[in-house]
Amino acid sequence: MNIIVCVKQVIDPEAPPASFKIDAAANKAEMRGVPPVLDPYGEIAVEAALKLKEAGGGKVTVLSLGVNLLREVVKKTLAMGADELILLEDEAYAGGDAYATAAALAAAIQKKGDYNLVLCGREASDTNAGQTGPAIAEILGLPCVTLARRIEAKDDGLRVERVNSEGYDVVVTSLPAVVTVSNEIGQPRYPTIKGIMTAKKIEPLVWKPADIGIAPAEAGASGRKTALRKLFQPVHEGQCEIAAGDTPEEMAANLAVRLREAKVL
Amino acid sequence: MSDFKGVVVYCEIKGDKILPIAAEALGIGRKLADDLGQELAAVIIGGGIAAVAPQSVAQGADKVYVIDTPQLKEYQADAYLAALEKAVNQVKPAIVIMGQTDSGRELAPRLAFRLGAAATLDCVDLAIDADTRRLLQTKPVYGGNAQAVFTAAADPQIVTIRTKAMAALAPDPARKGEVVNLPVEIDAAVIKAKITERVVEEVAGIKLEDAQVVVSGGRGIGGADGFKQLDELARLLKGAVGASRPPCDNNWIADTAQIGLTGKIIAPEVYIAVAISGSSQHMSGCSGSKTIVAINKDKEANIFKQARFGVVGDWKKVLPAFIQKLKDLAAA
Ligand SMILES: Cc1cc2nc3c(=O)[nH]c(=O)nc-3n(C[C@H](O)[C@H](O)[C@H](O)COP(=O)(O)OP(=O)(O)OC[C@H]3O[C@@H](n4cnc5c(N)ncnc54)[C@H](O)[C@@H]3O)c2cc1C
Repeated sequence: MNIIVCVKQVIDPEAPPASFKIDAAANKAEMRGVPPVLDPYGEIAVEAALKLKEAGGGKVTVLSLGVNLLREVVKKTLAMGADELILLEDEAYAGGDAYATAAALAAAIQKKGDYNLVLCGREASDTNAGQTGPAIAEILGLPCVTLARRIEAKDDGLRVERVNSEGYDVVVTSLPAVVTVSNEIGQPRYPTIKGIMTAKKIEPLVWKPADIGIAPAEAGASGRKTALRKLFQPVHEGQCEIAAGDTPEEMAANLAVRLREAKVL
Repeated sequence: MSDFKGVVVYCEIKGDKILPIAAEALGIGRKLADDLGQELAAVIIGGGIAAVAPQSVAQGADKVYVIDTPQLKEYQADAYLAALEKAVNQVKPAIVIMGQTDSGRELAPRLAFRLGAAATLDCVDLAIDADTRRLLQTKPVYGGNAQAVFTAAADPQIVTIRTKAMAALAPDPARKGEVVNLPVEIDAAVIKAKITERVVEEVAGIKLEDAQVVVSGGRGIGGADGFKQLDELARLLKGAVGASRPPCDNNWIADTAQIGLTGKIIAPEVYIAVAISGSSQHMSGCSGSKTIVAINKDKEANIFKQARFGVVGDWKKVLPAFIQKLKDLAAA
């Protein structure tokens, strides 16, 4: 099965909250002193693709859109075991919303052709938009399954377990299809030394808007359907009452008493 | 743009009732419609659901569009999408509101892209901009570290709302509204991805969403055994057990116990977070709790910024003593 996985370079969601800063003038967020990473759910989607390849053969192509994509970040997917890397990298792609991004990714997927399955993470850790996968499916007119926790090739199609709040749904679809992947599918593998060496030798393809048939005016910020009016950080007032005591047991008992007094429990 | 008018709420139903989130959507929808001086309509979809329509009216709708056919008795994303598309094309609302539920999170973006519009998911606030009369859509981004306010250029402006972020109106059974049947035939061929089975894995006992007290464990719990101790506390407090993501990823507890941005959003009276650092993604799921109590060995842990009460210490020592003291107090 030939699989295209869409991944994104993001600011590190696991960095300490104290390093998270908003540049109000640019309406942008950044992690001070912490390098960007591969989006965690994108990484999980790569893992899902590699599992399918292990089970049934085929090829895994990784597609990433962005500006100033760090090669060590996007090449991690190759080090994990992906075969090919295509970057939509150009200033023109900057500042897009779900619409502009999905339109460019869909155009690139069409140009690439020869695929059976498109995988995306369930949502990116920066925008938390959760739209790229469904959007690509609609643009390309493909079946769409979201929140996969298990994907199996079956009878020329797929059997997908879709996470829901009570358990899961079993969804059966023909191919080609778009599937978004959730963490329940399992932790992404670590790159091996061999994988890292192989990744070094693979040069990513770089496609500009013209290469995928998109006018610069349709890409990135100019292709947006939504406007970002404001970005701000809600404030939390810290007023935690820490239970006193000489030992953990004493503190625990004091907490219980205090919660009783305050009629919390 | 001028031919799009009014607000539509897609009211999800379970059994013969609209979901609480549908009532919350009607609550905010009513306010937005009033601010625009326009109508609030509800759309309900299902099979044999005629009796549900008055609930939407009681919760604030002026009009209810009912799409009622045996074909739509069971949820199938593709079929529901086709039905919603039909309803929206007929009503032409300026705003469409859905819940950020299992189905809302897949239907909203697909509906938007199908209609050439935009969607904003998981909004925690909605308002009408006085100058432009466009919908101001506020949603958490960066895992909850920040919030963004978006506006959409085209109509309909499609959003989903986060559970418990907006208030429902008190139901008023005396409210009058018009019920409109919308005949829709679904061509079976539209179902390209078909749900063939539904598996319920919900753990026994009180449901997380309904529990007044939730005892949650994080990575620091270290294994499935630790969750047994949390279970003991939860039972004592007649509550439920939740978790941050790592315990679910490590199979210490069922995936359905995950609280947070990509897990469940809950707002119990008391949330006891044990060995949870308090990442913004986790807090997205529990920050609406009335009182947060934290047990963590790291006094710098972010959870203490949002907790009201806390103990700095090893949970393995704190928890048994805490449970014992609660028992003693109850007996006294
Ligand atoms: C897009 C996205 C969505 C996500 N969605 C979710 C979500 O829905 N829910 C969620 O929970 N996470 C989610 N995450 C993951 C999230 O970012 C964090 O990784 C996760 O919440 C951390 O869980 P934790 O606090 O249990 O673990 P850690 O951050 O590792 O914290 C463990 C804590 O336990 C304490 N501890 C350790 N041992 C002990 C002890 N013996 N006694 C007392 N305290 C101890 C430590 O001091 C530490 O504070 C998401 C991430 C992304 C990128």
